[in-house]
Amino acid sequence: MKQRDATSTVVLAIVFVLLAAFPLVAPLLGLEFYIGFVRRVLVVALAAASLNFILGFGGMVALGHAGFIGIGAYTVVALSDVGVMSAWLLWPAAALVAGAVAALVGTVALRTRGVYFIMTTLAFAQMLYFVVVSLRRYGGDDGYTLPARPTLLPGLDLADDSTFYWVVLVLVSLTLLWLHRATRSRFGYALMGIRDNETRMRALGYPVFRLQLVAFAIAGAIAGLAGALLAGGNGFVSPATMHWTQSATLLVMVVIGGLGRSWGGPVGAVVWLLLEEVLKQSTDHWHLPLGLLLIAVALWAPKGLAALYRRRNSLTPTLSPEGRGGSRI
Amino acid sequence: MTGILLLEQLLNGLGYGLMLFLLAAGLTLVFGIMDVLNLAHGSLFMAGAYVAAEAHTRTGSFAAAIVIAVLVTVIVALLLEVLLMRRLYQRDHLAQVLATFGVILVADDIVTMIWGPSPVMAPTPAALSGPIEIIAGLPYPSYRLVILAGGMLVALALWLLVNHTRIGMRVRAGASDRPMAELMGVRVGRIFNGIFLLGAALAALAGALMGPIVAVQVGMGEQILIPALVVLVIGGIGSVRGAFVAALLVGLVDTIGRAFVPMLLRATLPPSTAADLGPLFAEVAMYALMVIVLIFRPSGLFSARA
Repeated sequence: MKQRDATSTVVLAIVFVLLAAFPLVAPLLGLEFYIGFVRRVLVVALAAASLNFILGFGGMVALGHAGFIGIGAYTVVALSDVGVMSAWLLWPAAALVAGAVAALVGTVALRTRGVYFIMTTLAFAQMLYFVVVSLRRYGGDDGYTLPARPTLLPGLDLADDSTFYWVVLVLVSLTLLWLHRATRSRFGYALMGIRDNETRMRALGYPVFRLQLVAFAIAGAIAGLAGALLAGGNGFVSPATMHWTQSATLLVMVVIGGLGRSWGGPVGAVVWLLLEEVLKQSTDHWHLPLGLLLIAVALWAPKGLAALYRRRNSLTPTLSPEGRGGSRI
Repeated sequence: MTGILLLEQLLNGLGYGLMLFLLAAGLTLVFGIMDVLNLAHGSLFMAGAYVAAEAHTRTGSFAAAIVIAVLVTVIVALLLEVLLMRRLYQRDHLAQVLATFGVILVADDIVTMIWGPSPVMAPTPAALSGPIEIIAGLPYPSYRLVILAGGMLVALALWLLVNHTRIGMRVRAGASDRPMAELMGVRVGRIFNGIFLLGAALAALAGALMGPIVAVQVGMGEQILIPALVVLVIGGIGSVRGAFVAALLVGLVDTIGRAFVPMLLRATLPPSTAADLGPLFAEVAMYALMVIVLIFRPSGLFSARA
């Protein structure tokens, strides 16, 4: 156990160093274009990890996660529109607003079970989607171009792609680590207990609804932060970020990476986005192979890629019959 | 004047509701009986619309186009059932969501390969292109009347099938308590095959009928899928009656949101605010309806599984 922890720490450290070195090495290899791509992968990995927190660890099949990413992004848009440029304000605000909206959504959605839960989360995401589509001040359907990258510290120029990349890397890494710690905390174990047997946890006196609601709000807040980072990186926000197929894609990433596995979300995000990028470059019809891959994963590797790499001590989830959106919804 | 506008909008809403019912009926039976959540149902709708548009252009006959569209889509559905859906019965809903989302990606790409990325023109049948004056002062497109009549006929036929035939009895038994129905000797698996194909046929019919009034394009299946799922959830899973009531409700609420709320807003609010809020109400109305229904009845209006 100790040794395994030590190994994963070393692996994580190596990954971090490699990622940190990327902007320095990329120009030498003629890969500058990919600095932006890797940054996007990092941010999406964060969003996927936040979904895995409630889906894999909490057993809540939420099909509206892109809605919270969008809320984060549009919070940045709204604040930039009135001239707020400080990242110290923009990013926490994005997380707070998205977390608050997620808490509201959760309050309603968590009353329902199974497929009704899936559909309620989807319905709220759809409503949010149409709200931003109707915001003509922020570009409506066409989207909104941000005036500039946010400012963080004097002397730190976020307009520089490498600098922004490093800031994102640090922020994403810290949040991922925190999320990882959360799954190993009392709170995380209680969440997994609810996933596996809600009735028993209730009988043991756990405030099931409140714990799930807090987890849902945390996941929403982190997705909101991811949305803010995406907006900052692209300099552009459009309702397309919130389309329900984006929510479905996040689910896909989590399952591919491994439901309820540590780092399952990030691994899935990396695999999916890399495949997408490679396929896009080789063919116009890149949906087809991705779709087939997805069907194959659903049929033959439902526990994701992480399961192929066996680790017995992992807390493998089995969505319980009474789980939200669990097996027999 | 307002009364006539009202009637016209209500007819539009009714037509939309009936088309949603054609989609939701198949979805809810499949889901109610086999517990399979099929996101690819919208792709069958898309297949129906594309095949009908193509067949109509080639044969010049709208009736033939509908028959061909239904036949082709049923064959596609048969392939889908044999190759994929069978393997998903015993799997959890997440696996079903993923696999059928994969089918959406594949279907969209195949359609792009065959018909290209731009929308396809679905001609309105020549005999039905003019308006008919239903009552004095209300000319209504005759094609929309055909949609209304067609949707109503199919709904009636489905109601008779489900409520007044032996097959229908078995279908209902399977939907409300599958293990018990199996114990009583109902071959639920076989009934399901029929239901899945029937659902595909209904989806194709909806696609063929809707083709001339919506854009026949890649992604049209995803657009209609969500409203159809909303209908399924409002009605209660497994209940055809629930799907019918919910479809009409959604059609009505959608119309109110699209036609009357903007009118009301324009009358009460400053023009620019009204112009901002109008479309929002139109799109959000049905989701709000669903959330309200679920708050009071967490398993829909007429859930087959009490």
